Amino acid sequence: MSIFRTRTTLSRSAATAAAAALLVAGLAACGEGAQGSGGDGEVKVGLITKTDTNPFFVKMAQGAKQAAKANGAELSTAAGKFDGDNEGQVTAIENMVAAGVDGILITPNDSKAIVPAIKAARAKGVLVIALDSPTEPRDGTDALFATDNFKAGELIGAYAKARMKGKQARIATLDLAPGVAVGKLRHDGFLKGYGIKAGDKSIVCSQDTQGDQSKGQAAMENCLQKAPDINVVYTINEPAALGAYTALKAKGRAKDTLIVSVDGGCTGVKSVKAGKIAATSQQYPLKMAADGVKAVVEHAEDDKKVSGYHDTGVTLVTDHPAAGSGAAKDSKYGLDNCWG
Amino acid sequence: MTTSTSTPVLQARGLVKRYGHVTALDGADFDLYAGEVLAVIGDNGAGKSSLIKALTGALQPDEGTLHLDGNPVRFHGPLDARRHGIETVYQDLAVAASLDIASNMFLGREVRRRGPLGSVFRMLDKKRMREESAAHMADLKIGLRSLTQSVETLSGGQRQGVAVARAVAWARHVVVMDEPTAALGVKESGQVLDLIRRVRDRGLPVVLISHNMPHVFEIADRIHVQRLGRRVAQISPRDYGMSDVVSIMTGAREADPVPE
Amino acid sequence: MSTTAAPPNASPPARNAHTAEPTGATAALRRFAATPTAGPAVALLVAGLFFTLQSDRFLSGGNLALVIQQVMVVGTLALGQTLIILTAGIDLSCGAIMAFGGIVMAKLAADGTLPPLVAIAAGIGVCTLFGAANGALVTFVRLPPFIVTLGMLNIAFALTHIYSDEQTVTDLPGALTWLGETFPMGRTDISYGSVLTIALFLFFAYVLGQTAWGKHVYALGNSPEVARLTGIRTTRLRLAVFTVAGFIYGIAALLLVSRTGVGDPKAGQTDNLDSITAVVLGGTSLFGGRGLVLGTLLGALIVGVFRNGLQLMGVGSIYQTLITGGLVIIAVTVDQISRRRTR
Repeated sequence: MSIFRTRTTLSRSAATAAAAALLVAGLAACGEGAQGSGGDGEVKVGLITKTDTNPFFVKMAQGAKQAAKANGAELSTAAGKFDGDNEGQVTAIENMVAAGVDGILITPNDSKAIVPAIKAARAKGVLVIALDSPTEPRDGTDALFATDNFKAGELIGAYAKARMKGKQARIATLDLAPGVAVGKLRHDGFLKGYGIKAGDKSIVCSQDTQGDQSKGQAAMENCLQKAPDINVVYTINEPAALGAYTALKAKGRAKDTLIVSVDGGCTGVKSVKAGKIAATSQQYPLKMAADGVKAVVEHAEDDKKVSGYHDTGVTLVTDHPAAGSGAAKDSKYGLDNCWG
Repeated sequence: MTTSTSTPVLQARGLVKRYGHVTALDGADFDLYAGEVLAVIGDNGAGKSSLIKALTGALQPDEGTLHLDGNPVRFHGPLDARRHGIETVYQDLAVAASLDIASNMFLGREVRRRGPLGSVFRMLDKKRMREESAAHMADLKIGLRSLTQSVETLSGGQRQGVAVARAVAWARHVVVMDEPTAALGVKESGQVLDLIRRVRDRGLPVVLISHNMPHVFEIADRIHVQRLGRRVAQISPRDYGMSDVVSIMTGAREADPVPE
Repeated sequence: MSTTAAPPNASPPARNAHTAEPTGATAALRRFAATPTAGPAVALLVAGLFFTLQSDRFLSGGNLALVIQQVMVVGTLALGQTLIILTAGIDLSCGAIMAFGGIVMAKLAADGTLPPLVAIAAGIGVCTLFGAANGALVTFVRLPPFIVTLGMLNIAFALTHIYSDEQTVTDLPGALTWLGETFPMGRTDISYGSVLTIALFLFFAYVLGQTAWGKHVYALGNSPEVARLTGIRTTRLRLAVFTVAGFIYGIAALLLVSRTGVGDPKAGQTDNLDSITAVVLGGTSLFGGRGLVLGTLLGALIVGVFRNGLQLMGVGSIYQTLITGGLVIIAVTVDQISRRRTR
């Protein structure tokens, strides 16, 4: 082997090593930042969200961070790589247990598939609390801090019913995806609130949107092809609602169609204020996470163990309250408490 | 040449190959004798590469016959021609760049270890392949620092050297070289021409396809001129000048009658 | 070897030609430095050293065993991906094929329609068939691997969801989860799946490095035309590579099921790109013909070590994604520069 060749290859590995070292040095900086005042003896809390990118979970992480600071706890976060990524969450649980956390807060991507990994963590004495959506079975975690999604659907169902004032409804439901509990609960809640059963003939179109704006728009376009006289649109969340609004507006139907939704994100509440969405059921991810962190700290310090279901509340937000639709807050309140 | 009285190593008569309305070979003849370097020249579209493909099995002619050492043969593919001892060095397509020299020498003809390591575990006998490669390289006086270095680290001339050594190592009858100097500089071309001479001196006839007239005149014993799908002349570089040959190639003048 | 007659050996004159094969430990190190695996190995060591300094929990047998366990699924997929990339192909469908194979074996076994081992074989068989279908389309219909596997990604994804009815399959028989169980080695618990993964890598390192088939895979990746002209049956070889890759995805499916303990129809959605990441980090060239499977194992471990180490430090997972992106670009840059130098 020639000297020249050896030198190039050695310098190649040297370059790689140098680059890796640089990267790692950069990391050290983030590491310090993330650890903050974290030291030994502090309570360690892990937060695992469905994804890193959804504003709902960003707000959740923000709530957890504030609560951790207030309670003198150290917070680390992780997330699945995509909505539905179970293995990523399993890996995150394992790594957090290896890091020695006292408790884990998790919004499961797969309510069933995550249970064995949670069981293993709990067996090592880690308190696990589900946020936003339950595991199946529900006692897979020590506790559940969540919105009552059925109630969220019920609120907008009753509101829609009150606004229609007995007019014949032609309803489109823009749902989440098959087999996802949250979507089904909201949908069923809406039907109950409206006082109809599944398969009622007033439901003229049902489509899955994955909670995505462009898919929501396409779904609404398709529904309008099928039934041009739709006048009530239930949507799984506000992006889907905005997609539906765009489709309705293109057909000149935005004014005389009632769109109701769930979530209470800031964009969503602004759309309520702008009159694009008639009403939305606002939920509070920040509160879920903050309560969760508090519960872990109390467990670690005072050995108080939470259990069961804790409702973190849901509020109907609308600027056009209707008689008989129950208590509602206006968009100003909604904006003060919105997420995202 | 006086060799015309002996049996050609490789002979073709009346090769025809048509692609639709295009006639690539129009009754082409070919003769290669032992111990000679035969250059094949011709303008673009003269049927040079079709002729070479027919001789090396890469193309099946519609009509015509091939004889190897006087025996009629038919090649069903490049592999078939190789099994008959005809090796080809293809322009730009000679070697697998990331493999080492020994692996290239034995590519497609690897030697496995003896015993169960070879028969059950299919393990290659790398040591033996390296040693044999080294011996072949030494035979042709191709000096390389290490047979384990990958071919892509070699210069163009060295790579061509590996390709030629491989062809020579496996050829029993003929080595065909398609534009072996086309991509090389002056010095490296000279090295490859020397190498071709050494191959001939070992008794293997060489068919050289080249556009480069000075190279052809430097090394060829005879020149086969291909034009319009046939052989129009077989000449000795000693009897003609370069400009005469170019005139024959382009049809500007007739060659003296082909000795047949 | 004599060099007196000079050409066509270029300058400088050869010293002792092939007999100059270096021997001994330093020579072995030098030979290793010349392989594309040297970069990732150094990077992994540097990262390991860094995390050891940052967290006292990093360098423990249990934690390292955990990292291996966490990379076995993507690592195994990346092994199949490496074979395909070595032939200058690409496979976007690997994760989706694995998800389908996983749901097939989980559902058949959970339904009790088939004995667990037969269900496993059926799942692996389905993956192998998908691999063969990819290979057949690439070779016989002559479609680019990118397009074929993009199509197959969607087909396998859809079939997974149709066949599973979107339901996660739980309560699997022990045979499907056995690979996820651990045995103690010293004071460290090693999962059987980790052992299988490493064994698979060693096996394919042997096949690629020590057999004619392996040499032919590299030659095919360098230039299909050269390979064909040297007498390699390139069509058959390419078909075989895709089929073998499919089989490996089947093993990955079993590892996935055993790791999570469920049949998960949503699994593997980013695993195609994650496996390509591991291959690239491992120093294998996307242009084909250059790389080693052990590099891929290192590439997968680099991703796993960063994910684990950052979590131990309390750094959020989004930074891990950021860093993986940086590492990929560094790896490809190093590959490009080294290729340019050898030209």
